[in-house]
Amino acid sequence: MSEIREVIINTDRLRTDEYLVNMGPQHPSTHGVLRMLVRLEGEKVLNIQPHVGYIHSGIEKMCEALTYPQIIHLTDRMDYLSAHMNNEAVALCVENALQVEVPDRVKYIRTIMDELSRLASHQLWWCVLGMDMGALTTFFYGLRDREMILDIFEETCGARLTVNYNTPGGLMFDIHPNFQKRVKDFIKYFRTKLPEYDQLLSGNVIFRERTGGIGHLSLSDAIDYGVTGPSGRASGFSCDVRKHQPYSAYPLVKFNEIIDLRCDTLARYEVRIKEMYESLSILEQLIDNIPEGEYAVKMRGVLKLPEGEFYQRVETARGEFGVFIISDGKKNPYRLKFRSPGFSNLFALNSMVKGHKIADLVAIMSTLDLVIPDIDR
Amino acid sequence: MTNEELKSYLAGRFSDAEIVLGNQYVEMTVKDDMLHETAVLLKEIEEASFDYLFCLTGVDYTENMAIIYHLESTRYRHVMVLKVRTKDRVNPVIDTLSDVWITAKYHEREVYDLLGVQFNNHTDLRRLFLEDGWGFPLRKDYVDEIRIVER
Amino acid sequence: MSDFDKNDYPIIAEYEGGSIILAQLDALVNWARANSLWPLTFGTRCCAIEMMAAGASRHDFARFGTEVARATPRQADMIIISGSINYKMAPVLRRLYDQMADPKYVIAMGACAVSGGPFYYNSYAIVKGADHVIPVDVYIPGCPPRPEALLFGIMQLQKKIKRKKNFGKIKDPGIKPIISDQTTL
Repeated sequence: MSEIREVIINTDRLRTDEYLVNMGPQHPSTHGVLRMLVRLEGEKVLNIQPHVGYIHSGIEKMCEALTYPQIIHLTDRMDYLSAHMNNEAVALCVENALQVEVPDRVKYIRTIMDELSRLASHQLWWCVLGMDMGALTTFFYGLRDREMILDIFEETCGARLTVNYNTPGGLMFDIHPNFQKRVKDFIKYFRTKLPEYDQLLSGNVIFRERTGGIGHLSLSDAIDYGVTGPSGRASGFSCDVRKHQPYSAYPLVKFNEIIDLRCDTLARYEVRIKEMYESLSILEQLIDNIPEGEYAVKMRGVLKLPEGEFYQRVETARGEFGVFIISDGKKNPYRLKFRSPGFSNLFALNSMVKGHKIADLVAIMSTLDLVIPDIDR
Repeated sequence: MTNEELKSYLAGRFSDAEIVLGNQYVEMTVKDDMLHETAVLLKEIEEASFDYLFCLTGVDYTENMAIIYHLESTRYRHVMVLKVRTKDRVNPVIDTLSDVWITAKYHEREVYDLLGVQFNNHTDLRRLFLEDGWGFPLRKDYVDEIRIVER
Repeated sequence: MSDFDKNDYPIIAEYEGGSIILAQLDALVNWARANSLWPLTFGTRCCAIEMMAAGASRHDFARFGTEVARATPRQADMIIISGSINYKMAPVLRRLYDQMADPKYVIAMGACAVSGGPFYYNSYAIVKGADHVIPVDVYIPGCPPRPEALLFGIMQLQKKIKRKKNFGKIKDPGIKPIISDQTTL
């Protein structure tokens, strides 16, 4: 064997250029139509600039010409993965403004549907996360289990994705007789599958290397940028609206708010997996105890809110969603504003990604769980 | 602090602002030249410490425009609403609050895009959703005969 | 076949039984095209989730030949427009369509792509139908359409492809149509 000599290359005089790359509106991993201008030096990201607006539909302007029950069907289409929670926000805002008290049965069913939506949304997040990082198995596992929840929605609400089940005053129709049994079967089935999800990704050494220590978002940054939801909670920001300003049946259930202090991508991933366990436990507490009663309060045909400003906050799967209605006494709102969680979460991306590589950019964006029509409304 | 305590505290601290207890939260209306000072004080005073801006809305009234800020304190968990009105509607101008809360930078871009409100000292005031040359759609007198189909 | 004009007909059609060979060749080419349609990943709104569900394990569209969804338009056969198209997004869609190679097909999935959908009235930013931007072959209504509806749409597209004549006109058989000037029954 010849002798092996060490050769030291002086890289001081090697220079890479900076260049701009467009991650265009049509891209498999941007979760919608988001365009980003990425300034790169070699493969290191220096700066990104998101350009939004490719799915802007003017929903806020459209709402000024619609009545309140009609607005609910448009909120489905903004953040379509937590459609039920968006509908509930508008329904609760109108009910609080008119000071209408809904029966307990309605509160229980709304909370059960909320948690099922949250599970479905986190399942889709998990399968797309794996797909973005190259593990295609997660795509099939997640969507297979999600179909069971969508079956439950279809039987009770009539639609799989854009449910439109809430209405000011209660629900559109009563639950199907099979509802409780199907939810209980689903809980039993999913409790055996969730450890499989954990095992598939969380124990994988490639996954841990790709996500540990990547995408640091400190607590003060999270509060300043307004990053809420599981992404904010993974930075230590205690922002769960279900705990701090509870609504519907949340005061009656016991659950933990999952907070992690590590502030990186792996923390955001683990917070969501633990939230799925918490959702299952909330469902178990509620599903057997649905009280009897009416499924809606009889409201007038044309709803007119009193003059003034009303704000309602709910916790969707992505963060805090808010509905702000300014009413001048007519049947259409004067101004309706949606505070969408994705809008605040997206613009924290620039500070998280500086100095990392392009593949890390994809991983960080997946764990932020953005849905672009939510940002653009 | 509860709503009543917050209202009396703010009335004591900011004497020239109008403080009202609305349907849900305490509402404080300030003049537009006092806006930046008031915002900095609200963030930094110990008893108030409003460090989380969760909603920024622009509204078009007939004589002028209003910007409404919803603020929360993560330490004490109280919520207040800060309102300001511009002087007129044709060329509305307001100070920016993006140096107090970073998230305001992007919400103000959205208000500029949809309503046409200019923000002083904003580092990057450009359109967010729409292209250049579009009007300001959220204004009440926006008419677009080609694109909008009225019902 | 590069200098083959649409008005030409191949010389084989002159011979007896030549048109049968052409018809079989047509059927072969159409069968190959219809059974391996690879879509471009283009999902804008909620219908994208139903398109993903149609590709997942319960309703699998790989059994119909749409095996892989390509991310680049240069390698895709068809584009499934799932979701609403904006005035800002329309030039991007047009550019993607122009970058695709022939033969290319377009499916408009969902009410937003068919005609503007729930955003038809009072919206200032949505194009009222994707066929204002690119020519569409199959329209699938629904908001969002079920994955089975997307599978039915793909099957309709396959039927449409199988009807196409690829090799120019068949020679004129010389039969003239009968023009009747009968005005009463």
